[in-house]
Amino acid sequence: MNTINFLLCGVGGQGVLLASTILAKAALRQGLDVKGGEVHGMAQRGGAVVSHMRIGEKVYSPLVPMGQCDFLVGFEPLEAARNAHWVRPSGLLLYNTYRVNPSTVAAGLAEYPEDLEQQLAQFPCRKRMIPASDLAQKAGDIRAANAVMAGALSRHLEFPLEVWERAVAESVPPKVLEINREAFRLGREAGA
Amino acid sequence: MKEVLLGNEAIARGAWEAGVTFAAAYPGTPSTEILQNIKADYSKDIYCQWSPNEKTALEVAVGAAIAGARSLACMKHVGVNVAADPLFTAVYTGIRGGLVLVSADDPYLHSSQNEQDNRNYAKFSKIPMLEPSDSQEAKDFLKAAFEISEQFDTPVLFRTTTRINHSKGVVEVGSREERPKPTDLPRDVKKYTMLPGFARPKHPVIEEKLAKLKEYGVTSPLNRVEMGDTSLGIITSGISYAYAKEAVPGASFLKLGLTYPLPEALIRDFAQHVDRVVVVEELDPFLEEQVRLLGVEVSHGKDLFPIVGELEPGVVLEKLAGVKTAVPAAAAGLPTRPPVMCPGCSHRGVFHVLKKLKVFVSGDIGCYTLGALPPFNAMHACLCMGGSITMAHGISKVMAGSTDPLNRTVAVIGDSTFFHSGITGLIDMIWNGGNSVVMIQDNRITAMTGGQQTPGTGQTLMGAEAPQIDIEKLVLTLGVKPANVRVVNAYDLKQVETVLKEELSKPEPSVVITKDPCVLNYRIKDRPMKVDPEACTACKQCLQVSCIALSMQGQGDERKASIDPNFCTGCTVCSQVCKFDAIQQA
Repeated sequence: MNTINFLLCGVGGQGVLLASTILAKAALRQGLDVKGGEVHGMAQRGGAVVSHMRIGEKVYSPLVPMGQCDFLVGFEPLEAARNAHWVRPSGLLLYNTYRVNPSTVAAGLAEYPEDLEQQLAQFPCRKRMIPASDLAQKAGDIRAANAVMAGALSRHLEFPLEVWERAVAESVPPKVLEINREAFRLGREAGA
Repeated sequence: MKEVLLGNEAIARGAWEAGVTFAAAYPGTPSTEILQNIKADYSKDIYCQWSPNEKTALEVAVGAAIAGARSLACMKHVGVNVAADPLFTAVYTGIRGGLVLVSADDPYLHSSQNEQDNRNYAKFSKIPMLEPSDSQEAKDFLKAAFEISEQFDTPVLFRTTTRINHSKGVVEVGSREERPKPTDLPRDVKKYTMLPGFARPKHPVIEEKLAKLKEYGVTSPLNRVEMGDTSLGIITSGISYAYAKEAVPGASFLKLGLTYPLPEALIRDFAQHVDRVVVVEELDPFLEEQVRLLGVEVSHGKDLFPIVGELEPGVVLEKLAGVKTAVPAAAAGLPTRPPVMCPGCSHRGVFHVLKKLKVFVSGDIGCYTLGALPPFNAMHACLCMGGSITMAHGISKVMAGSTDPLNRTVAVIGDSTFFHSGITGLIDMIWNGGNSVVMIQDNRITAMTGGQQTPGTGQTLMGAEAPQIDIEKLVLTLGVKPANVRVVNAYDLKQVETVLKEELSKPEPSVVITKDPCVLNYRIKDRPMKVDPEACTACKQCLQVSCIALSMQGQGDERKASIDPNFCTGCTVCSQVCKFDAIQQA
């Protein structure tokens, strides 16, 4: 199989890295090689976060080459737009519709773009909006939006459901497992 | 068994498998998770500690190694600058139990103040160096590093980069090599006491070791020849190997794991078997220069690959394989999203006041460095850990004749940074008659790296209770006049302003301390604030405090400030800057 390239992006604090972990664990249980790179530190909370993830029979580089991303998982619409050019024309862009203002917008130094959908329309890949934060709220905690996004992504990979469920169980703290399970399930429904 | 491990998790695992029993570090991205994982998963077998700084971390590790334990010291690249003093002499003393120093470099400065290639430290300090290329090697090479350390009686530099430390990969994990606990503490004055007479004969010994390590590297599996198409021979190491292997998998490779000293014979032999040699490496031409010095012809190196910043896989693909991927233009005109002080952060109000006072703010390394960014623009210099106080002192000495308040200096430093190396700077200022105001923003944690204990939190990394170093008493003891040591509430803007003005008017050093804890680590959340739309005039003054809970909502005359209760912690700073009493606690 060819290497499948993922990019997960969002805002520090949204759980982008945890979602990457779920994906990595699921791929490993499928017997695949996994490599991925992430950037954190430097009070990343509130800042932009990008996580690369690649799965395949043998993967060398942890970084996705630009323009060769198969799945972009955007946890926030603006961050999805910022990274949309990484996606192949045949790729899929999944994004959470819930907006988080950058500090530049909160400080009145910039405007949150109102034309994000038009901006995204310029990229040839398929796009799917997921109301992940609303679904997470429905599952019991808005912070479980990352599990919703992981669930939405799971619809597009041929891993058995139990592999995903095990990866979720191994990645989140036991006391919030039920909420995350439900969030994953709602995401899986919405991601089709 | 196979697991997906972050490079740093793999290093922690490698330490455990190698039988390490002692580990020390100062947190710093991208090295921090190594000790956090040792604490989380292996602290039953490995004693681990945060040290106040990297120099002390390395020194305690040297002590542990002399006692016979396999010991690990971890830091980020700039931390090695702090630890350079003991490092250069630990090479002379040698060790008893193995000693490995992890230097986690940060090409592209994802979260650092400079971009330095610490492979140069290997050559400079004459220390053998290993460079892993992925998580599996991070674990395996660390074990090899301990073997080399003990076989050659030398510390070993284990050099990683952000893309190794913060990359996930599949790792086959193994079991722990149990080592006997040292029972004796032999006296060997000549070996461990570096008087000139004892140190002088050590230098030739070090040169001999390096010569032997060159030989060792020729047959060591750390260095690997992968022969393929002989028209292209690539010499590479670390993450660069991953990019090059992916770009031209069919080429011939000399993949170096032991990158100092270089295995000369192996390099010459490899070069003879390929038509041309290309060196692929990130940052400095560290390998390229040494290969060229052997008289081996290098077709390409830094003429193709940038000397600045992180190597980008697309560049390697293009330069090695001539493949250029068409990438659509990025969406234009999007607002940037820089990291930001958290809602409720105790630094926010302080920077609002400092901006108002228009003083010169000499900053340090921590979350509060974000005070340099708009809309605060309230930090005017930031050099290194602990440098805020000393820079402010130097500036104030030069500006001593000026009565202009614009030339007054305030140093801003956090608690962890103050313990790291701010204390000695304050001693300098007190001793040499400075008159800056030092603001110690004690948020009870090392916040920027994700919340590690400090000597002020009353807890060690292992979770043991510890005496809390009292900053207030400490600075009094150092000699700051009692009248000039002030404790303020960071959320009370009037109080912060009044006290700062008072202390700025004094001719001697002052220390203003805030003790409000990090909202993130201590999970502080009060009732959120609410905007009264009737009272709000949309003047946007509240936005000047740069809080992501705040924004303007609505159109035209209906446009008013608004607060997202999901983010707001009720810190009240925005309500204090509102001139129309439009913001109240809900």
